[in-house]
Amino acid sequence: MTDVTCFSADCNKSKLFWGLLALGGLVMLSTLSAYFYIEHHGHIVTGMNNQIVWGLPHVFAVFLIVAASGVLNVASIGSVFGKKIYKTRSPLSGLLALTILAGGLAVLVLDLGRSDRIIVAMTHYNFKSIFALNMIFYTGFFAIVGLYLLTLMDRKLKPWSHPVGFLAFLWRLALTTATGSIFGFLVARAGYNSALYAPMFIIYSFAYGLACFLVVQTAMYKWNNIQIDEYVLGRIKNLLAVFVAASLYFTAVLHLTNMYFAKQWDFERFILVEGDTYPMIFWLGQVIVGGIIPLLMIFSPGAAKSPARILIAALLVIVGGHAQMYVTIVGVQAFPLAIFPGYAETSSFFDGVVHPYSPSTLEVMLALGGMATTFLLTTVAVRILKFLPIDKLDQKH
Amino acid sequence: MTASHKPERRDFLKTGAVVAGAAIAPGVLFYGIAQGRAPEEGASSLVRWGMLIDTGKCANGCTACVNACNTENGLSGKTGPQDSQWIRKLNIKHLQTGIEHNLPMLCQHCANPPCVDVCPTGASMKRADGIVLVDRHICIGCRYCMMACPYKARSFVHEPLADQNPDVPRGKGCVEACTFCVQRVDKDQQPACVEACNADGHQAMLFGDLRNPESAIAKAMLAYASVEVRGDLGLNTGVRYQGI
Repeated sequence: MTDVTCFSADCNKSKLFWGLLALGGLVMLSTLSAYFYIEHHGHIVTGMNNQIVWGLPHVFAVFLIVAASGVLNVASIGSVFGKKIYKTRSPLSGLLALTILAGGLAVLVLDLGRSDRIIVAMTHYNFKSIFALNMIFYTGFFAIVGLYLLTLMDRKLKPWSHPVGFLAFLWRLALTTATGSIFGFLVARAGYNSALYAPMFIIYSFAYGLACFLVVQTAMYKWNNIQIDEYVLGRIKNLLAVFVAASLYFTAVLHLTNMYFAKQWDFERFILVEGDTYPMIFWLGQVIVGGIIPLLMIFSPGAAKSPARILIAALLVIVGGHAQMYVTIVGVQAFPLAIFPGYAETSSFFDGVVHPYSPSTLEVMLALGGMATTFLLTTVAVRILKFLPIDKLDQKH
Repeated sequence: MTASHKPERRDFLKTGAVVAGAAIAPGVLFYGIAQGRAPEEGASSLVRWGMLIDTGKCANGCTACVNACNTENGLSGKTGPQDSQWIRKLNIKHLQTGIEHNLPMLCQHCANPPCVDVCPTGASMKRADGIVLVDRHICIGCRYCMMACPYKARSFVHEPLADQNPDVPRGKGCVEACTFCVQRVDKDQQPACVEACNADGHQAMLFGDLRNPESAIAKAMLAYASVEVRGDLGLNTGVRYQGI
């Protein structure tokens, strides 16, 4: 037994690295335990049922999938639009796009009723299904962003980074359009069935992705004792503000449009005023915590000099993003389906009543697996490859 | 010498006849079975199975159709939020006039089914004769079809199952719904719910071929006004209701 004492910064970093790995591993272990338990007993051990068919795992999974495409935006601004302060961040942005998407898809797959049939999902495609198209978009995203990372990190392939980056940019727009359309194409439910979902999810992805990027970047800078440049932070925080404001705008337009249609009044009253906990999650979680407070923090005097304040604003955007997904996914299902509009409905199958949902601990454990997957993959990648964004003073303008 | 060989020849012929008979008999027997529609033959698009429900004859409190469905398809009959219900009795009350109707709600077997459109693997599918089914071999249990169905007609199997009806395979982790009792329809029988409703003397459910002008259902649909539920969605449902 040798007692290892650290004298160097590298040794401390190494300890921290293994510590982080152990932490992520523990969460992952709980996720896998939950998965096998559900796999064995069936979804009867979850809070999901025949009324709320998508629950907490989907909230976390869809958030990550949306954030994954958005986090690539940082690289796109660098490669496609030629902004230098974003160019240095492109590798980290590309890496996060891959690891966050992997996290989101992991949860989605682990929650399937027959996750053992994943090979079926990859070999049988119904091309009319937006879900099937999403699978193609996800696979393509991994391939294109992987290639893009290669062009960024390999000196010989560097000239290809612009066209491949452009392809990745177009692909990510298509991917988020398809993700939003998963909901937009559902004609039956009052809360969905809107073409607005596609652009709205793109805007959400910009905000959530940039917020995730800022959190990871801050952690990496802290780890490496690097002080972020005030000008750089100022630019990124302002961009986050634009995305958060645009998200609020799209949310407002969706609800205002609905309020114009008499047939949607009951639903709007439910989701915005009367419906169980959902109005609170919407107003407090999505609008105030995820929108207004971050905006106030970003525009408060001296914010560009305070990475901590921007970090909190980014974390709040992430919290608000989960609130938005909860309202969008669970809240809309909770509202009773109008099978006979104009009639009150009652049956043994819970027609005409608000469907209650309380996620079980197993679902929480399963849902956290996405974040754990992202965390583990990112931690290992930034340890073995050079992803740390280093700003040079002459790159500012 | 020749005479002594005769009995042997007779024996040989007898044995030969028995062997030949044994060889041909299964073929003859299977011929009878083959008169039914062969599995590889597939359903015909010349037929479209449909159902007409007369809400005026559907008795309040009667659950004969629901019970028959449960028995035929091996469902538990439990009505918790996680239990499967392929058919349910729905009571609807008009918000302004207060007029009430009772009716069975089941998969509407749409001609343009949203569940089939959204299914990523093609497990949700529509047969040529209009019956909408779930292929249990390729259903991955994503539940997107349940999100898409305007009639809340689908259920997800939340727990392991035992004592299943061999004609109606079901499985934990898959989505399921009314099949119009396809196992009976393919044998020229009526769905269990229709049979039970008739047996109880209500005659509220009429099942048949919508494409055959001579069928009782086609004639009834010509004689009485009927509606599609959520007709605004343009799904062209196979189940129609009269009296609403």
